[in-house]
Order: sequence, then C-alpha cells, then structure tokens
Amino acid sequence: MTRHHNEMCFATLEHPKPWTLKAYESVGGYRAWRKILAERPPRRDLIEQVKASGLRGRGGAGFPTGMKWSFMPDCEESYLVCNADESEPGTCKDRDILRFNPHALIEGVAIACYATGARAGYIYLREEFTDEPHFRLRAALREAYETGMLGSDIRGSGITINLFDTLGAGAYICGEETALLESLEGKKGFPRFKPPFPANYGLWGRPTTVNNVETLALVPGILRREPGWFDGVGTEKSPGTRCFSVSGHVSRPGNHELPLGTPFADLLELCGGVWKNRELKAVIPGGSSVPVLPAEAMADLNMDFESLAAAGSMLGSGAVIVMDETTDMVKVLQRISRFYFQESCGQCTPCREGTGWLYRVLTRIVEGQGTEGDLKILEEVPARIEGHTICALGDAAAWPVQGILRHFRGEFEHYIRHGKSMVGPS
Amino acid sequence: MSDILTSDLCDRIDAWLGRFPAEHRRSAVLGALREVQKEYGHLTPERMDAVADYLGLPAIQVYEVGSFYTGFQHQPVGRHTVAVCTNISCWLRGGEEILAHIEKSLGIRAGESTEDGRIFLKSEEECLAGCCGAPMMQVDHVYHENLTPEKIDKILEALS
Ligand SMILES: Cc1cc2nc3c(=O)[nH]c(=O)nc-3n(C[C@H](O)[C@H](O)[C@H](O)COP(=O)(O)O)c2cc1C
Ligand code: SF4
Ligand code: FES
Repeated sequence: MTRHHNEMCFATLEHPKPWTLKAYESVGGYRAWRKILAERPPRRDLIEQVKASGLRGRGGAGFPTGMKWSFMPDCEESYLVCNADESEPGTCKDRDILRFNPHALIEGVAIACYATGARAGYIYLREEFTDEPHFRLRAALREAYETGMLGSDIRGSGITINLFDTLGAGAYICGEETALLESLEGKKGFPRFKPPFPANYGLWGRPTTVNNVETLALVPGILRREPGWFDGVGTEKSPGTRCFSVSGHVSRPGNHELPLGTPFADLLELCGGVWKNRELKAVIPGGSSVPVLPAEAMADLNMDFESLAAAGSMLGSGAVIVMDETTDMVKVLQRISRFYFQESCGQCTPCREGTGWLYRVLTRIVEGQGTEGDLKILEEVPARIEGHTICALGDAAAWPVQGILRHFRGEFEHYIRHGKSMVGPS
Repeated sequence: MSDILTSDLCDRIDAWLGRFPAEHRRSAVLGALREVQKEYGHLTPERMDAVADYLGLPAIQVYEVGSFYTGFQHQPVGRHTVAVCTNISCWLRGGEEILAHIEKSLGIRAGESTEDGRIFLKSEEECLAGCCGAPMMQVDHVYHENLTPEKIDKILEALS
C-alpha cells in the first residue's frame, strides 16, 4: 500500500538531520546538478526531460512544468521565482519541504534557473515562515554556496546562478503568482491582468517563471533517476508523486508523499482513519478553494487530477481536509467564506462585493435569520464572481459554495426553516 | 543614518537591498519595514518616511505597503505576538475554543494587547500552514501545534 512513500521531496526524512547537505547527498542529492555543471547540456534538453516526465505544477493549477519553462525566451535578464507563500487553507507540505529537505528545493531552483536561462532565483517565503523554515533554508543556502553549488562561474563551469531568500509580510493573495511578483517588487500584492503572462512580463518586467516549492523540489529526483521512472509512478495522465497534507478529523493528521492515483481509502488508512471511530461525512480534497465531495464520492476515489475532476472537484494544492459525521457543513462554508472575504484584495467588484455578500448571508443563516431567498443568493453570487475577476481568488471563493450547496443543500434548508443546524444535539 | 535608522538598522536594510539589482531599491521596502518594526515594535509615519528617504522612494510607496500587509502594526502592541489559527483545519479541531481560552485567560480580545505590554493577540485570518498539527498557534512566528488549554497556559506563562 505504501509503495513509493516519501521517496522524493521527503526522501531525507529517515535521516537524523534531514535538512543537512550530508543527508541530502546521502539520497543522491546534487547529483543531477553536478552533472549539468560538468556537461553543460543545452538548456532545451533539460526542458525536454522535464516535459517527458509529465511533471505538472504542484501549486494548485497543475500546469505542465516543462511547457511552462519552454515559454522562457533566450535573453540577458530573466528570473526564476519559487512560490513558497504556502497559504491555501489546509496546505502545509511546502513548510515541511523547507524544514526537512531545503536542499532539494535549492537544487531544483538551480536546475530550473539553468533550464529557463535565468541568472537568479528568488524564493519568496510567507512571513509566517520567518522562524524555522527560513532558518533552515538560509543554512542550506549557505552550505550550497560553500560547497560550490551556487554563485558566479560555479566550479569553473562559466555558469552563474545566485539564489535569494525573501519574505512576504502577511497577505494570502501574495500566493497568486502575479501578486507575488508585485510583492517582490516592493508593492502591494495586487494581482496583475493577464496576459501578458510572467514568461513575457514578470519580475521587473522581465521574463519570469514562477513555480511552487514542491514542483521545484521534485525536479532533481526526476533528473537523477532513469528516464521513465517518474512517469512510471502514478497514473498515465497524472504521473509521479504528490505531497498530500491530510488534516481535520483523522486520527493522525500528517503529510504523506505518495504516487498520484493512490486511493483515498489508503491515504485515510495511513492517517489512522476517521478519528473517534466516527463515520466520514465529507472531504475537501485539494485545499479550501475546491468543491467539497461527500463520503459516498470519496469511497472509491483515486487521488489524481483526472479522477478528482471527474468527481466534480480538484486536486488543487494537495490539502485533504477530512470531516466527520458531526460536521455542520453550513458553518464550514461560513468559515471558508469569511476567509475569502477577508483576503480579497478588492481590485475587482464581483470578488470584493461578492465575497462580502456570501459571508453576510451565511452568517445570517447560521444565526437562524436566513430566508428562502438566501439560497437563491448563494446560487447567484458565485456564478457572478466565477470567471469575472482578475485572479482566481474569485473562483476560489465561488467553488466551495457551489460544492457544498450541491451536496448538502438539505442542511441549508433546515437552518432556514428551523433556525438551527440539523447536525449535532437537537 | 538618522535618529530612526541607526547604523545597525541601515546594515540590516542593506542586507535586503543586497538581494536585488541596484536599480530596484523599491524591492527592499517590505524587508526594511520589517526591520524597523522589529526594532521599534510598530510603524509610524516618521518611521516610514525614514525608510522612504533611505530607499529614495516617494513616501506614498512605503505607506501603501505598510497598510496593505497585515504583518505591519501601526499602534503599539505587546512584546510577543500570539497568532491563533482558526482557519478550516484548525477550526475542525477546536481552533475557536483555543482562541476563546486565550482571550479569557489574558482578558483581551483578538487584536488587543495585554495591559502589561507582554502579549499581543493578533487577529489572524490566514491558515498558518501548520494544519496537520491543528489546533495550532504561532508565538513570535514559532509554531506550537496540537494545542490543549494546559499546553497553552504553560506557553503563555513562559513569555517574559
Ligand atoms: C488566490 C491564490 C493563491 C495562491 N496561493 C498559492 C500558494 O500559496 N502557493 C503556490 O505555490 N501557488 C499558489 N497559487 C498558484 C500560483 O498562482 C501559481 O499558479 C503557482 O505558484 C505556479 O506554480 P506551479 O506551476 O509549480 O504549480 C495561488 C493562486 C491563487 C489564485
Ligand atoms: S479576484 Fe479578488 S483577489 Fe483577485 S484581483 Fe480580483 S479582487 Fe483581488
Ligand atoms: S488551518 Fe490552521 S494552520 Fe492551516
């Protein structure tokens, strides 16, 4: 069942000090980068290898990584940016990669810089990572410079790559890649209109690739193994491994890196099952912004991009939020909607106003003041937000409403008719 | 150097500047404000002006950043910042009860500081990426996970 468990991003976990260079080298770390430094292959060759591996971005949208890299033009000044803002509710895998295997990320960023033609890479951490995750990353960066893995004319190869750590200052929206770029430029985190995309107009207007921590940390392991290994793990359309953050009502919440396509039932079992011997009620399978799925839908579901899409949800950020039979789904939605309302940057009217509407209506329902008309509002407002905004936060605010309403409408109706929840003590 | 930006603070701001190409001094605004806040506890218009001067930016560009990000404080706050996550995964495991316990034992609401200036209970909206250790909180950005009221009391008592 636990075939290929924690073999890539979490490969050093068994080591007494997993975050050190020594630990990383003991699992084959920096082998891929040393080879590149020695052989200096055309950068397009590396892009082809990453394309062939089938790697898709782990930040949420699942965009093919090799293809993203191939958009980068040959030019004097371009950048690679690592999105370590990890802030999608329920997600805590990037933090563990930073704490336990920072060298995999550094090697991945170095390779990505080379492959995209970037001379410098920026790793943007959310401010809340100021302590341990940042310390570990900085220590690892120091080690990487000292052992001649980074810097100018690395090992006499003529290759120059410098990596810099930077910090945000508290704003969920800075996880959105163009808001992140604005933040790196020292501005408010307002998402940009797209197009142009970052590959044309990114950091300081230069071509830029933005990738998630896990995406980049996977790259060295892909390149140092024989071709076909990574895509041999997982499913045909969802190759490779994936870090799942399992949280909520399970006995042993935790991060597990497993092949894509792993049955949800196996993942649940790894986490000790639903806690307190209770029944499963629902799962948010990809971070708070994706539609919820009821227990019936989860029973036979495999955790990969296509299976989740077919079930009406998404793999998103890999955050698997488990809810037991006592969960009040109306309150869950109210809590989620409060978050998007608070974090909307306010640039687009549908998102700014719509998230406020949703939160107020849900609060009214939870407080026993809901009316039949409120259900209609919950249906209409998301439709008016979805697809009508600058960035996907608007969609992220709309999808959970649509998902919970689709599967748990009865709970809303009960609140509205009886002024209280149908779950728990009557 | 000025009364506000001591030579030590300038060095720390320079370390942020050093990460960016020389022509992009604006990129150091977040880092500079963070250092200033670390030094003085909170930001004021004078302190932001000093940063703007040092980086050679119009003051408005610094004010904008100061007001956009929730990590920046504009009023005096307690010495230690406590941030309790009540986002979805923590909420499912009692995050709100944890917050209520802290509010009660400190006698303040989220967003306030204790009178002795010891603790600032931040009003936290974000998930803090410690979801598998829910319920959790950060004290000065250090993670404390799998919280219980007893555990919290110990942590809070130990803060000077
Ligand atoms: C509101 C919002 C928040 C996001 N937060 C994150 C985040 O915390 N981390 C992340 O890697 N991607 C986040 N993303 C996705 C990024 O915009 C971007 O697609 C991703 O970093 C690309 O990396 P990948 O191709 O490696 O997946 C967010 C997107 C949106 C719309
Ligand atoms: S969708 Fe929301 S968060 Fe995104 S740019 Fe528009 S207002 Fe801002
Ligand atoms: S939900 Fe609390 S840390 Fe993520």
